[in-house]
Amino acid sequence: MNETPTKREYLLPPKTNVGVIGWLKTNLFSNWHNSLLTFLLVALLAWLLPPLIRWAFIDSLWNSSAEACRNIDGACWSVIPNNLRFIILGFFPEGEEWRPIVAMLLLLGLVIYSKERSRWRKSLGWLWLANIIVMGSLMHGGVFGLSVVETSQWSGLPLTLLLSFFGMIVAYPFGILLALGRRSNMPTIKTMCVTYIEMIRGVPLISMLFMSSIMFPLFLPEGVTIDKVLRALIAIILFTAAYIAEVVRGGLQAMPRGQYEAADSLGLNYSQTMRLIILPQALKIVIPPSVGILLSVFKDTSLVVIIALFDVLKTTMVTLSNPEWGRYSTESYIFLALLYFCFCYAMSSYSRKLEKELDTGY
Amino acid sequence: MKLTKSIVFALSLGLILVSFAHAGKDLDTVKDKGFIQTGVNGSVFGFGMPDEKGNWAGLDVDTARAVAAAIFGDASKVKFTPLSAQQRFTALQSGEIDILTRNATRTLSRETQLGLNFVTVNYYDGQGFMIAKDAGITSAKQLDGATVCVLPGTTTEQNAADFFRTNKMKWKPVVIESTAELAKTFFAGRCDVLTSDASQLAGARAKAANRDDYVILPEIISKEPLAPAVRHGDDQFRDIVDFSVLAMINAEELGITSKNVDEMLKSTNPAIKRFLGVSAGNGKALGLDEKWAYNIIKQVGNYGEVFEKNVGINTTLGIERGLNALWTNGGLMYSPPFK
Repeated sequence: MNETPTKREYLLPPKTNVGVIGWLKTNLFSNWHNSLLTFLLVALLAWLLPPLIRWAFIDSLWNSSAEACRNIDGACWSVIPNNLRFIILGFFPEGEEWRPIVAMLLLLGLVIYSKERSRWRKSLGWLWLANIIVMGSLMHGGVFGLSVVETSQWSGLPLTLLLSFFGMIVAYPFGILLALGRRSNMPTIKTMCVTYIEMIRGVPLISMLFMSSIMFPLFLPEGVTIDKVLRALIAIILFTAAYIAEVVRGGLQAMPRGQYEAADSLGLNYSQTMRLIILPQALKIVIPPSVGILLSVFKDTSLVVIIALFDVLKTTMVTLSNPEWGRYSTESYIFLALLYFCFCYAMSSYSRKLEKELDTGY
Repeated sequence: MKLTKSIVFALSLGLILVSFAHAGKDLDTVKDKGFIQTGVNGSVFGFGMPDEKGNWAGLDVDTARAVAAAIFGDASKVKFTPLSAQQRFTALQSGEIDILTRNATRTLSRETQLGLNFVTVNYYDGQGFMIAKDAGITSAKQLDGATVCVLPGTTTEQNAADFFRTNKMKWKPVVIESTAELAKTFFAGRCDVLTSDASQLAGARAKAANRDDYVILPEIISKEPLAPAVRHGDDQFRDIVDFSVLAMINAEELGITSKNVDEMLKSTNPAIKRFLGVSAGNGKALGLDEKWAYNIIKQVGNYGEVFEKNVGINTTLGIERGLNALWTNGGLMYSPPFK
């Protein structure tokens, strides 16, 4: 007969140190002040959450007329579906709504496609160029039998995306050039770059936008006008580039001298040194601060409100000037905040991923 | 080579986006391009604001449409540029827009120093007071000691201060930065009285949970004649804009509406015949088609119709005609003879 092996007794950890109780103990009630904090926070949540949930979900209306909203105590989310078309697309002509929507989807789709580093090949560049041309023709029209939609009618989310996306894309290389110029040994270039960077960083974005929209037209001969959206875009690019330049300069200065000397001893010229040795390392270091700047550019585009461009914030504000919906500003602003959050969160989580992938440990 | 190519590409792209309009007289410019570029407010309900579909609506918007109807015979030949208060006059000076219909008050300094010509007033506004009905106050003279919500740094604050000083009353201003917040604060009961231009007060009242709970007091303490404006330099264009506004007022005087204008063509009244171009003369004098006034009334309506449609007593704003009634009804709307 085989003897069943005697069960060896393992000493289990005390019940209070594992599982839910253990977690609670280590994280929430590890000492008296943590316990106090926990109780206070629970009390605060118990006090705040029920009315909030009641307001936002239970007593709220999600798709009704403005009339129906007058008789409820909760949130009137109906303000969003009823005005969604204007908030998102603004003045884009009726019946042509699919065009900006397709253009935005193309942009987002290609951005998502370009996330994988294995796809960063030359063909991707051509794909981007083709995509930009297609988006441009969709938005502006005048080709393939599409009716012309002037830039003055571009508004809402497409305008926000256009200003921020192209603001970032164009400003980044421009900023790198400025940073290289600032560290150059050639005195003229250096002075020009330093002056430019310090001048732009010395004025607020609002004043640049004001200059571009109010002062600038007065300098032009009468009858010549430069597109309003383009003017704002240029102001945003000029502004962002100066900030990018300083961030990139930080990365350049962090490069050890040995890297430059090694490149020199290999016989690389200036552009090769920069392109192959210095910039790839320097730009990697500055990913976190660059993303910080890109995020603030995205949010700063809403400043074009003051020069009466109808970005997604302005279209929402216009909706609120309609007396029918004017009382539901809280709901509208929450919706906008969520919209902005989605874009910003996507950007910052991608940058974290990129940082991890590029991390080589030195 | 690559660089040259991309520079050429960038330059040609630039040229597409920079447009050269014809220099010269404003009327010729407008006629050449085939539409009127109009500066409007963009966020004042009832005067100039897009609806949910992005179509422009309002009293100022209809005024611009009337000018388009006069020049082109088609009220839709107009494009709108929303402008902020700071941008509006520069946009007109720089030629970005052809006319400005953006609730701008006509003043001496604007007319002279800014090089603008204001035409006939299309809305007489003025600063007023709004108060909760159950306060039982019927006149602004009873407001001694009141807490008053105002916007900072505007003439509104100055006017209110002057009013209380002249009437030897005490007041406590509550200064709030934005118009929307101002109304919210007032409805939350943080101040007894809200002061602003009467048309704005009507807009604020429409946002209240129950608008009948609030009254606008009869006293108007400032003069705000809101008028369309054009640049100095083209008197013929100015005349056309001026008489387009006047035509709407004159039509109301003559009892011509967008509905009966076709029957009125058969009228035997010589004033109506001249006005609608049945007897020729007016059109030629302005350099327009003889049907110009007919087109305005047919496509846009007379002043009374436009007023009632956008801001009148049956709209959400619920503004009474008041000063904007015809002179025959105790208002200020008066048109010179069309002959």
